[in-house]
Amino acid sequence: MAATPADWKPRGRLAAWIEERLPIFGFLRRHTSEYYAPKNFNVMYFFGSLALLLLVNQIVTGIFLAMNFNPSAANAFASIQYIMRDVDWGWLIRYMHTTGASLFFVVIYLHMFRALMYGSYKRPRELLWVIGMLTYLVLMAEAFMGYVLPWGQMSFWGAKVIISLFGAVPVIGNQLVEWIMGDFIPADATLNRFFALHVIALPLVLLLLVVLHLGALHTTGSNNPDGIEIKDHKDAAGKPLDGIPFHPYYTVKDLVGVGFFLIIAAFIVFYQPTFFGLFLEHDNYIPANPLVTPAAIHPVWYFTPFYAMLRSIPDKGLGVLTLFAAVLILFFLPWIDRGKVRSLRYRGRSYRIALAIFALAFIWLGKIGIGEGTWIGDTYIARALTAVYFGYFVFLWAYTYFGWERTRPVPERVSMHE
Amino acid sequence: MTHADEVLPQQPGPPQDAVDQARRRFLTLTTAVVGGAGVVAAAIPFIESWQPSARALAAGAPVTVDIGKIESGQMVRFAWRSLPIFVVNRTREQLADLPGLDPRLRDPHCKETSQQPPYCQNTWRSIKPEWLVMIGICTHLGCVPDYYGQIQPEPFDAHWKGGFFCPCHKSRYDVAGRVFQGVPAPLNMVIPPYHYLDATHVRIGVNPKGAA
Repeated sequence: MAATPADWKPRGRLAAWIEERLPIFGFLRRHTSEYYAPKNFNVMYFFGSLALLLLVNQIVTGIFLAMNFNPSAANAFASIQYIMRDVDWGWLIRYMHTTGASLFFVVIYLHMFRALMYGSYKRPRELLWVIGMLTYLVLMAEAFMGYVLPWGQMSFWGAKVIISLFGAVPVIGNQLVEWIMGDFIPADATLNRFFALHVIALPLVLLLLVVLHLGALHTTGSNNPDGIEIKDHKDAAGKPLDGIPFHPYYTVKDLVGVGFFLIIAAFIVFYQPTFFGLFLEHDNYIPANPLVTPAAIHPVWYFTPFYAMLRSIPDKGLGVLTLFAAVLILFFLPWIDRGKVRSLRYRGRSYRIALAIFALAFIWLGKIGIGEGTWIGDTYIARALTAVYFGYFVFLWAYTYFGWERTRPVPERVSMHE
Repeated sequence: MTHADEVLPQQPGPPQDAVDQARRRFLTLTTAVVGGAGVVAAAIPFIESWQPSARALAAGAPVTVDIGKIESGQMVRFAWRSLPIFVVNRTREQLADLPGLDPRLRDPHCKETSQQPPYCQNTWRSIKPEWLVMIGICTHLGCVPDYYGQIQPEPFDAHWKGGFFCPCHKSRYDVAGRVFQGVPAPLNMVIPPYHYLDATHVRIGVNPKGAA
């Protein structure tokens, strides 16, 4: 945004010497104290930096777990118990990792919902949204493979079911499944390759995507709860009138968010690390047994909305297609929504109602997915909710394409609620 | 004109000269100190997780070895904490040559107390003169020396009285594990804590009763 002048020099001779050869200080300055963010961010804007914090947490705790984890079908389960009991502080490092994984999805879902609330996916931030969605996709793969590593019953059967999804691919399905597993069931080879992907390949991809996400964000600038462009009103020096420097204003604000977040996270890690069987499931404390599927089996909570869709559809191919479509359709949101107004503050009443129903349907699907699923009523409700989930996108397109939306006047400048 | 002044946004509020710089410095410093303390505290579990685990410590528990079948002049290796333990049944000739080597050694009187327990700080570096119990690891860079027990000229020493020769960097020790001068190794080899359960059984890893 506001450019650092070309002749800017850092103070100090060493810093100036480095700057001439590698303009790192100018770069940092442009992206912190000279990156202007709208001054009206609210609580929904904590989750980006919290996601970054969790990424660091997962990488650091993951590195230390990898030091003691043994990625083989014979020893993986025992090595987790070794970490929990014999390694000094191993229990803490593992619980930080498992709790961090679940909280990562809490934060990411809220981060995504924020984008829906304020239209942050809309032009000119379509690519920012698509990169974010790719990050979400990779994060799901990363979480799934991490979940397989302890090689408990849920690990094994989760791996079996998720990999079997690829069996629905026509013609090559079965060969594809065997190729992914490197065996006829999830076995030593599967565990070992998942370990390599979980600790090396996917984290590298995640880091790259995060850099691209931030690069795209700092190119277009942040959206805000009013959904207006702060760049439209600049002072004589070219700085947005409604912008404040990211540093120190938002670094300090984010620190407050980090403080609150860490209190919650610490409470879970120290007092409720399994989170009532949601973050760490009871059946995963039983070693993998390829001959017996656990009676109450479902994915971890963050996958259950999609899982409920799969379970309610009485056709293998269509079910798998629905599952993937439910994630993929989000990629196209910037082009489905033709509305000119971004923020729900000024969008039509029907949009706000539709968004609320969409969010409730997603949560309800998650609740059904985590339940036993033996009540036939759940199946019909899940089918209806699946229709609502996809219906949201159909409605949104029609509502904006045919100009049915009655928007309210959008202010010129951001509004502050003091 | 400081950097912070340049980037202050134009906002309603007190004029810039009303900024209390002392208060700002105080808040920045205290926040940094509290945050820094948190980071240090959070780092402790990660650093401590590199300590030997409970499993490693259990595997490092004392071991009992049977020395009854070791013949005079023979050396047998045992393992304690995965370390090679050399037990040598030294001959009378080997023991008799020990005092004569003193001028050629770095630490003939075992003054380096870290290298043996007090009850082994003697000429033969052991509880019973003939029985050497020693961690067979060269004090140079950790290789395991070979036992050359014969009193005969060796390629590396024409006046060899029996002892240990390290294959890695050619350090030499006498048959009590005392290091020679003119070799890379700095110290005598380590004598572990040990005691006799009876005439033929040695408990390695535990001091004798009454000894520190």
